[in-house]
Amino acid sequence: MIWLNQILQGTLLGGYYALIACGLSFMYSVMRIINLAHGSLAVAAAYALFVLSDTYELNPFVALVIVLPVMALVGVALQRLVLERAKRGGTLVPVLATFGLAIVLDNALFQLFGADTRSLAPYIDELSYASWQIGDGLFVGELAVMTFATAVVMLGGLQLILSRTQVGRAIRATSEDPDTVGLIGIDGRRINAIAAAIAMVTVGIAGFFLALRATFDPYAGAPQLIFAFEAAVIGGAGSLWGTLVGGIVLGVAQSIGAQISSQGFLIGGHAVFLAVLLVRLSGPLGTLTAIRLVFRRSRK
Amino acid sequence: MTPTGASPIAVSALDARSITRWTLASRIAVAVALPLVVAIAFGPAYLSANVIDKLTTLFIYILLAVTWNALAGYGGLISIGQQGFFGLGAYATVRLADAGLTPYPALFVGAGLIALFAYLISFPMLRLRNGELGIGLWVLAELMHLIVNLDSLVQGETGTSLIALNAFSIEARRAYTYWAALGAVAGLIILLFILLRGPVGTAIQAIRDNEEAAASVGVRVKSTRRLIFVVASLGAALAGALWLASATTFQPKAYFGVQWTAYMIFMVLVGGLGTFEGAIVGAVIFFLIEAWFGAFGVWYLIGLGTTALVFALFVPKGLWGLISSKFDLQLLPLGYRVALPSLGRSNR
Amino acid sequence: MSLLSVDGLVARHGLLEAVCGVQFRLEAGETLAIVGANGAGKTTLLRAIAGAHPIAAGTVSFRGEDVTALPAHRRTAAGLALVPEGRRLFGQMTVEENLMLGRFAGRTGSWTVERVMDAFPNLKERRRAKCSHLSGGEQQATAIGRALMTNPELLILDEVSLGLSPLIVDRVYEQIDGLVREGTTIILVEQNLSRALEVASNVICMLEGQIVLAGAAGTLSRDDVTNAYFGLGRVRAHGGTP
Repeated sequence: MIWLNQILQGTLLGGYYALIACGLSFMYSVMRIINLAHGSLAVAAAYALFVLSDTYELNPFVALVIVLPVMALVGVALQRLVLERAKRGGTLVPVLATFGLAIVLDNALFQLFGADTRSLAPYIDELSYASWQIGDGLFVGELAVMTFATAVVMLGGLQLILSRTQVGRAIRATSEDPDTVGLIGIDGRRINAIAAAIAMVTVGIAGFFLALRATFDPYAGAPQLIFAFEAAVIGGAGSLWGTLVGGIVLGVAQSIGAQISSQGFLIGGHAVFLAVLLVRLSGPLGTLTAIRLVFRRSRK
Repeated sequence: MTPTGASPIAVSALDARSITRWTLASRIAVAVALPLVVAIAFGPAYLSANVIDKLTTLFIYILLAVTWNALAGYGGLISIGQQGFFGLGAYATVRLADAGLTPYPALFVGAGLIALFAYLISFPMLRLRNGELGIGLWVLAELMHLIVNLDSLVQGETGTSLIALNAFSIEARRAYTYWAALGAVAGLIILLFILLRGPVGTAIQAIRDNEEAAASVGVRVKSTRRLIFVVASLGAALAGALWLASATTFQPKAYFGVQWTAYMIFMVLVGGLGTFEGAIVGAVIFFLIEAWFGAFGVWYLIGLGTTALVFALFVPKGLWGLISSKFDLQLLPLGYRVALPSLGRSNR
Repeated sequence: MSLLSVDGLVARHGLLEAVCGVQFRLEAGETLAIVGANGAGKTTLLRAIAGAHPIAAGTVSFRGEDVTALPAHRRTAAGLALVPEGRRLFGQMTVEENLMLGRFAGRTGSWTVERVMDAFPNLKERRRAKCSHLSGGEQQATAIGRALMTNPELLILDEVSLGLSPLIVDRVYEQIDGLVREGTTIILVEQNLSRALEVASNVICMLEGQIVLAGAAGTLSRDDVTNAYFGLGRVRAHGGTP
């Protein structure tokens, strides 16, 4: 029963990981950029929501309505000021530039808000702890279910945008061949800015749930980035529904790890990530070959 | 009838050109560097304790910068996880010293073991590219951190210290650590220098220019990358072990923190990605900035991040790139240069 | 006022000058064939006109407006569409999706997905197929259709017959003939001289980045064009310098 519960809670936790991974995955599949400031941007959004709820006493859901358009603008600025330029410099520069940006963001948040941990949980009343009983001794948190449902809706929404809308088609075309879209009247720069805006809106939503479900501090960006990356890679980088599967696998691995040992939560997640990497990249056979090769070489 | 008028001149220029590795500047640089290293080696005899400690720190920074530069600048491999090897180098030293090995040999043996570990994990990890490799190695570093925390000797985040160092007097310890750091940085630079001047260097140039083309003409892309990765990880592990020798305490969080990689990236970006000189210049600049502004805490870190961002976007070749392209200067002769007598200028 | 005027156009690939001072005018309703050997600068010229290759010097005016500084998408919006060499379809997207992208130009006109299907009946069956799965002829039809969906006033076709079987080339040219009869202004680059002379009202022959021969298709003999094509008329064009 304990294990069933861990798997259930892990699955729901996976919904949050899918949320945070979604923007990273989207940006990677559309713009071929891994944004290392991804986690820090989500934390920045969480702080913005916190300020609106705490200082201006807005309902967090109302605050979200204000923060999301701002995040879209942040996306446009990020694309225009950093990513566009970085991408022209080759494959290394975007990684280095966004890493630099992450350091700036984290420390700027520390300067502004100090080391205290914050949370939006106090502003949503009983939603932060209410739960439904779904069986003998099995409970699911309302917020956790809401997070999971949001992830499904968001991934589905992105899928719909990409496949059914004119903008979505332009985004796909631009990601496939940015040099050719101009010839059929598409402004590739504008499309990339729109894609970045969409990605940042998802980052804003992820930051919202980060703040609702737990506490965060100025340096919470790095672990969020790592979780997002793990979920995206486990699910197959660039595939939207894969992201949900990756998030669930990560969440379940962490819950089971936590059940085994007090440090097992993070170890379980990282270990599954590396195991998936090993098998995915070399294949089960490739892994064996690599191990054999290592042994043969070391005998020489 | 000649097809074009320019051709005969071009042919004569070809006949008269010569291919060189050394320029006057690089000869002078090496001629100055050798006695300088000797003079530095005798440092403990005439320098104050404070200066010795500072120089030890500088050596470790240079070690970090040079190896990260080899990784990214020459191998095209981005790692955000070098802090993993840094921490493991320190941890291995703690473990070996606990097992009875004398601390100073333990630094090098420990780093060697970590290099072996880097070799093993390079098989799956190096299949990742660019940003994926960067974060993949970061995750690996996090995992190593957590696993090291499980060791009862380390006592979680409380940490431990290199007690075996107490066998030495403070002066002896300072001098030994200094020499170990100097030896490590000089040894690693010489090792990389020999590697990069030999066939491996040529292969790396080819891979950097065009990976597929290099592979198609028989350059062993994977094994070349692997070699660079292992040497760079050896450097990071040595740096971690040396940091432990100078700080004596081992708190996992301080060693496995991502800030180490952030420092490496800063040094290499500001100095200049892809040149030895740039990495060394970057390390010296970082050392000075830390000395002057380190006390500003968070603002200092914001400044570092902003500088790295600005250099990545606007000065991708770094300060050394600006200097060397302006004066056509190369102090460590890695490439070949074609000297065209008729033009009076030379290109790499 | 000419529909398109190109003056002193220079375009480079690095240090190499691929187009060196090209000058010509094109009136509405004309069909201009640009011929020349490989490396003569034809594709670079077309790409420079369409805004896909940077212009180092000179000007391009379209409908009397200087478009030299405009990016490619603005030129497409102004009514100038290039079918690029190698087709450059979006292989992960379906035929229909590729066609619909043409609407982004924001131009009104008579071209719809249905009309493209009527013009290229071979696409009807393949409407929902991914472009990477199409045959060469189907791909070329999609590429032309995609450009037509922008409702261009000037359609520029770069090597549309490259890599196609003669039968398919015939079919593609039937469609081009149809467009010409409807009054669409066309520039086309074609390796096959007889085809080019058949369909075109005007011919330009390029050699080493320059125009070495230009004139109305009727006034030029095949020999004139062949000589210019291989640079045999070069002594005359260059005024005797070797």
